[in-house]
Amino acid sequence: MKVLVPIKRVIDYNVKVRVKPDNSNVDLANIKMAINPFCEIAVEEAVRLKEAGIATEVITVSIGNKSCQEQLRTALALGADRAIQIETDENLDSLNIAKLLQKIVKEEQPQLVILGKQAIDSDNNQTGQMLAALTGMPQGTFVSKIKVDGDKVYVTREIDDGLQTLALTLPAIVTTDLRLNEPRYASLPNIMKAKRKPLTVRLATEFELDLAPRIKLLKVTLPASRQAGIIVETIDELIEKLKNEAKVIL
Amino acid sequence: MSILVFAEHDNSTLKVDTLKTVAAAQAIGGDITLLVAGYNCQSVVCAASKINGISKVLVADNVVYAHQLAENVSLLVLELAVDYEHIIATALSTGKNFMPRVAALLDVTQISDIIAVKNSDTFERPIYAGNAIATVQSLDSKKVITVRATSFDAVATNGTADIVTLDIANDASISAHVSDELTVSERPDLGAANVVISGGRGMKNGENFKLLEGIADKLGGAIGASRAAVDAGFVSNNMQVGQTGKIVAPDLYIAVGISGAIQHLAGMKDSKVIVAINKDPDAPIFEVADYGIVADLFDALPELESKL
Repeated sequence: MKVLVPIKRVIDYNVKVRVKPDNSNVDLANIKMAINPFCEIAVEEAVRLKEAGIATEVITVSIGNKSCQEQLRTALALGADRAIQIETDENLDSLNIAKLLQKIVKEEQPQLVILGKQAIDSDNNQTGQMLAALTGMPQGTFVSKIKVDGDKVYVTREIDDGLQTLALTLPAIVTTDLRLNEPRYASLPNIMKAKRKPLTVRLATEFELDLAPRIKLLKVTLPASRQAGIIVETIDELIEKLKNEAKVIL
Repeated sequence: MSILVFAEHDNSTLKVDTLKTVAAAQAIGGDITLLVAGYNCQSVVCAASKINGISKVLVADNVVYAHQLAENVSLLVLELAVDYEHIIATALSTGKNFMPRVAALLDVTQISDIIAVKNSDTFERPIYAGNAIATVQSLDSKKVITVRATSFDAVATNGTADIVTLDIANDASISAHVSDELTVSERPDLGAANVVISGGRGMKNGENFKLLEGIADKLGGAIGASRAAVDAGFVSNNMQVGQTGKIVAPDLYIAVGISGAIQHLAGMKDSKVIVAINKDPDAPIFEVADYGIVADLFDALPELESKL
């Protein structure tokens, strides 16, 4: 079966973002970018399914300007077979991303689509669920274990109170949580090989979708900052402060 | 305007976060209806009908909603959506799971995880792990919203809302529940606890988390963990506090052996009072802590427990 893995180019997770002085957005100029960590886990899982003889082909797709080809090449170096870039200069809302992905799903007919549960820039946690709705597929979100068996995929989900296992009828959508796997490092030979793997560029406009924005970003500000407090020397002093100053314990 | 609020529950108990989500709905303003979808959930309905500020409780009590599968619940909400301008759920695992599905079926986008209401179409939400706050305006006719409950104060529960039973059973028949493996704990729920004590990589192993238990018991608190501790396999993921785990805002948060990565701070920096115990005086956690103590946690924890 084919596995499709949509990925997103985001700020590197070690970098602390800055807000632009005019509060129009965050400042991403000259910032280190990377594949979204949850998307990387999705690529790794798809590649493992291929190594296990379950998946026959792993296709990765990203939506953005030419720079996202860098992350597609990373996915290819990790073991994806081919890549599709949907070219656009717009910063599209999740719903419009899901609509474009739906078109790719229709063309490629994957049995499984694996996405990251959320991107660490917009923190929306919604594209996978939206794609599931648009394609009419079942969804397994926040997944820490995947097992394909016949026409079903069994997914174990990380929920607030513990773990939940669902059986989804294929084709299905899965979104990854942190503990699904630990992504490998791309080896140098694989990075070299990835440069020769096929990468197709499509234009977002060719899909004839209404991609008008649904959300207007009015401003971006810094959160209220916390002042550093004091260092206490002893446990006795700590307890005394918590009782009498902060009044949070009796 | 009319607003539909989805109740978070486990078929027996209504989660207190729902009371906070109702407060967010009140901030938007309008006639508020609560939806309880589940199976054999009479006790939840009873609790829900007492929530102040809502006019009625819709009840879809059917086996197809027993596990609140996204495929089935989204069809139910879609069917009800025609009567409401705003559809709101708590940004917990159920709401986060099915709400974007509702949004896409309605051909609108979702405003996720709001922390403040500016007006009926404009909201504040954290982005980049809470390192920036975006003010966003929805351009859609219907607003599908999830709420970060810790940013709102719970409404009271001495009301008497009407209960309306729905006879709608949507079974998409493409997903099925297999099993649950729930963590049973005598302690309060992480999201609802007034005191949270969390351990990080400095705890060294899962066994050492026992050192936190006595303190948690004495303070009536819950136990959390940093992503580093979860990644290292010390404890289970449902204890994770942070950007991709749980968001907590207790009266007292005690961070033990946690360096204070931005992903962790995103989950706890709205706590009223933060205490940090760490042996590294340069750990970034001290920059947000009200009270810090530079000490070896293996000395500090037993002493703290004995003196509380």
